[in-house]
This record gives sequence, structure tokens and C-alpha cells, in this order.
Amino acid sequence: MVEMVNRPYASAFEAYAVKHPDVLCLSADLTSSCEIDGFRDRHPGQFLSLGMAEQNMMSFAGGLGLAGYRPFLHSFGVFLYRRPYDQLMASVAYPRRKVRLMGFLPGITTPGGMTHQAIEDVAVMRSIPNMSILETGDATEVESICEAADSIDGPVYCRVLRGSVPRLFDSPIKVGEMRELSLGADVLVVTSGIATEEALRARDALSRAGVSIRHLHIHTIKPFNEQALLDHIGSVSKGVVVLENHVITGGVGSLVAEIMADNGVGKPLVRLGLNDTYAHGGSKPYLMKHYGLDAGALVRGIERIIGASTGIDEEALASARVDAVHSAVKAEAL
Amino acid sequence: MRNKRSTEDIAMGIRRRVFEHSMRNNGGYLSQACSAAEQLAFLYNEALNLGEPVLPAVPRPFAGVPSADNPDYVTGAGYNGPFEPQYDRLFIAPAHYALVAYATLIETGRMDAEGLEMFNKDGSSVEMIGAEHSPGMEVHNGTLGIGLSTGAGLAFGRKRRGESGGVCVFMSDGEVQEGQTWEAVQAAAHHGIDNLWALMDVNDQQCDGAMDSVMEVRDIAAKFRAFGAVCVEIDAHDLDAMRQARNEPHEGQPLIILARSSPTQGMSFLQKRFPRLHYVRFKSEEERAEMNASIAAELGIDPIELETH
Repeated sequence: MVEMVNRPYASAFEAYAVKHPDVLCLSADLTSSCEIDGFRDRHPGQFLSLGMAEQNMMSFAGGLGLAGYRPFLHSFGVFLYRRPYDQLMASVAYPRRKVRLMGFLPGITTPGGMTHQAIEDVAVMRSIPNMSILETGDATEVESICEAADSIDGPVYCRVLRGSVPRLFDSPIKVGEMRELSLGADVLVVTSGIATEEALRARDALSRAGVSIRHLHIHTIKPFNEQALLDHIGSVSKGVVVLENHVITGGVGSLVAEIMADNGVGKPLVRLGLNDTYAHGGSKPYLMKHYGLDAGALVRGIERIIGASTGIDEEALASARVDAVHSAVKAEAL
Repeated sequence: MRNKRSTEDIAMGIRRRVFEHSMRNNGGYLSQACSAAEQLAFLYNEALNLGEPVLPAVPRPFAGVPSADNPDYVTGAGYNGPFEPQYDRLFIAPAHYALVAYATLIETGRMDAEGLEMFNKDGSSVEMIGAEHSPGMEVHNGTLGIGLSTGAGLAFGRKRRGESGGVCVFMSDGEVQEGQTWEAVQAAAHHGIDNLWALMDVNDQQCDGAMDSVMEVRDIAAKFRAFGAVCVEIDAHDLDAMRQARNEPHEGQPLIILARSSPTQGMSFLQKRFPRLHYVRFKSEEERAEMNASIAAELGIDPIELETH
């Protein structure tokens, strides 16, 4: 069974920050929610409480960047771009400050409803010049997100998972690369964040149904290795399915669509995600099923590409397991 | 660089230069020169510890925005001296005061007069709304309300590094309508950021007209104090009062100087335009000629020679 890791960000951030004195930990009244309460208590000199005032926090961070610091801003993703968007543009993105935006609760990973669910953050960030975007899909990626983010010469927005996080991978994020989780020949499946675990849930059932899947996990959304994606698309016969914890417009699915269109790739593409809708408050499994973000939705998308039923039902998926990192998922290390 | 001329003389030079430019260019941010001339002259000529400029006296053309592909990008901060620990930094928060700020750079010998000829010309870095790459501008401030927060962040960082240089933000009073200004003051007070001070041009004007008609802001001195700043109110055209205000002790707190100004100071003719003073255009050639004669006389210069349109 898959290994679950508790609060991987908490220990990873602390380990990274104490080794890098120019890293400052900024919080906007969501300190324990973003797993930096222990850091605050143990390293108060490197921690800065800025209260429920994200507009000021964003421009303040720009000023810290000007002074040579690399502030890590911690909040829920929504609060790092919706309210302080103007400040994000003028004080951080334009001048390429080394500000690290650690956005928790990406997409529907919270029962907090519309106000707490960052469902269009990738679309917003992709359109901002100078901005980089990373997304974590497992505990290993959360553990490596600080070093990966801090390696970027400019601002970066990160979708960070919190709480109990599955370990799917055994190697850290390498900025600019993508993970190859399987190298089949029929359908290319592209996933990011928590959607990757869903795709892994469907993997065995798809294999038994005789569908050969090529599966990519995307942790670096911007910058993006366009040629690598094109090569993978060229290696499958049927088409491409993208599943993401985000609205379909402007996210990874749009990114794939743009690259295909720009390069005249004439293969079918199915984009799965929140389909031009807000979500509401509920558990992650409920929301993923309700809004078509789960393994079942992925199977239906693959069926649209291959033009045939796989015969895979909910029962087949429910019995499917995500294997632990040191077993079959070592496919990643192909 | 400092104190070759009196601050009073520089303030007069700023008004004359902005007036001349506006007459020649069929309008401009005249009232900002009226209200802020003493303040900007004070900052550059005596209050701030700025190094010698490190960018050419004749500004280079626009050389691209910041990007990974533009490694040679520089801001306009070099006109305020090198970014070294001992020197102060200045942010001009109301970026539409750029014309007045450029005039100040010229009057204090930091930019050639030729620089103003590039004002608002395509391909020039001497932009109408001061951009980060415009002379004397250190960060983007065209969106009002972000300047004090940025200054607070820089000041916190400099204090943490033990740098002696402070951070000054030149502000406009319209910014107090933005919530972010108050977020910035409370944060600066909470974190004891006392190497930060602001000089605010309180001219009671904003784009739509008199502030009281647009959105009343009430007793802003009391509000600043309640949010944790030390706040001093002065007459913006009284340089001795300004000097005294700058020396107000503010240990553990930011200092905000409210400089209550007249938007027609030194150019009484503009009173006819009250309360629409944000950007002055001429309604007719006759008015332009009348304004030229009247204001030139008040500024003690000959009327500006105008080409006929």
C-alpha cells in the first residue's frame, strides 16, 4: 500500500530555511494551516507575521526582494493571487523579485468552497510574464519544493499539498523536467498534482483492459519542456487525455492544446478538469467524483479517445491500488 | 552634489521648468509642481543621503522590460545614487508626479535638461507615468497604494542587515483611500520599522477633483497615529517646518509627514481651474497665452516662447 507522509512541508521547509539565511518565512495569519507553526516557534528571527493583509504582504515581499532576501509567502493559493493581483504584478512579477509563493489548498483539495479553492490559479499565473509555476503531486515533491522553487531566478508560484500526502515518487523535482510514469503506445495521459494519483488508480484496470498508456506527470508547468511533450505525443497512436485539479481553461490541458495547435499536431485531445464551473465545499473524493476529476472520469476520457468501451467500472477502480514507491511505481525510474 | 543651491531656489527652478514644459507641450501635471516643489527639492537637496548618480545624465532610450532574456536591464534608481548600504532610497509613490520628479533631477544636477525633451516620447525611458526604468524611479508605483508597502519591506530588510541607509517614500494624499496604505502602516508599526519615513503631499486633490467631493478621508493624521505611525502635519511650502518635522523622533515607528500644500502655489492663475487640477490642458490659444503671461510673471521669468499651432 502507498506510504502516507504526515506534514511533509513542515519539516522540508524548516530543513531548507535554516540552511539559507536569506530565506524569510512570511505568513498571513494561516501559519499552522500552512504547516509553518513549528518553524515560527523555533526560528522566530526568520519568521515574519504580516497578518490578514495580503496586498501589503505582496508589495512588502517585493521590498524584501530588493533588499536581497528570498521571501517564502505562505497562504492558501487563492489569497496569493486573487486579492493581491495588482501587487503581484507590480511589486513581484514585473521586477522579477525572488519571491516564492507557496499556495496551499490547490483546486478542490479543501472543503472550504469557492472562497478557498484555487481553481484558476494556474491559468492566472501562466499568463503573467516572468512567473514560473510548480505543482506538487506527492510527498517527495512537497519535500523538494523549497529547493526547487528557490533555484528559480525570479518569482515562482507553487501548488503545495499539506497534511497526509502519499509518496508516489522517489526522486526530487527537477525544474523544467517531467516524470515519465509509463511508456505505452496507445494513449498519452498527462496529469499534474493530485490528478496523478487518480491516474495511477486506473493504471492496472487499463492494463487489464488492454489499453497501453503513456503517462506523464507534470510538476513544472512554466517553464515547460515543449519538445519532450511533442515527442511523447508522437509516440502514441490514438491521442491525448489531460486530467488536472483546475478549470479546463488555461491550465495544463490548455497548455497541451496550445503546444499541439502551435505544432500542427492533429491528434485527438480530451481535457478533463473543472468544466467552466465553480466547485462547492466537500471532501476531496466527493468533489473529484462529482466534478469529474477522478480515475473514473479519466477512464471515460480515454474511452472517448480510443472510441471503445474498456469495460472498466467503479468496482474495478475501487479495487485498484496505488502501489508504494519502492514497488511497481518505480516505472518512474525507467 | 548637495547644497550648491538653496532648496528654495531649487523649488523655484522645479516650478519654472514644469511650467515651461507644460506650456510648450499643451498641458501637463502643473498643479503637482505647485504643491510638491518644496518637498521634492527638500528630499533631493538636503533630507536624503544619496550618492552620485551612476547612470548617464542624458537618459538612455527604453531598453526593454525585465525578463530572463534582458540581463542588462536596469531601473532608474541609479539617478538617485548607487544601491549601497549607507545611502538612502527614495520611492516616488505617485508615479504621475514624474514630470516634477524629472525636473527635480535636473535642478539638482542629476540629469541633463535634455532629458526632459524625451518626456513622453515614443521609445523614451522618460515616461509620462514614471516606470521602474524611468530616471529617479526605483520601483513601479503607478498603481497607487503599493509604494509604502514596498518601502516597508525594503526598510525591514535593510534594518535586518544592519544597513545605515533609510527608506523614504514620497506619497500623495489620494493614496489614503487605498486600503493597502493602512495595511502598510500597521505592518511597519507592528514590526518597528523606524528606518522608514514618508513625506506626503496633502493637496486635497485627486483625479476627479477635490477629495472631499470624491471620497472624504477625514482626519488622516489621527488615522495614521491610530495605526501606529508618528505623524506630523506641516505647511508644505514652509521648508523650516519640513526640516523640523524630519527631525521628529520616531523610534520603533515609521514617520509620516503630512505636508499640507496648495495645488496652485506659485501659479495663482490655476485657481481659475479649481477643482479640476489633476492634469491641466489649455481650453484655447487665448487661455494658453493668458496663462503663459500670468504664470511667467509670477515665477519671475519671461513668457515661454511658443510655436504657433
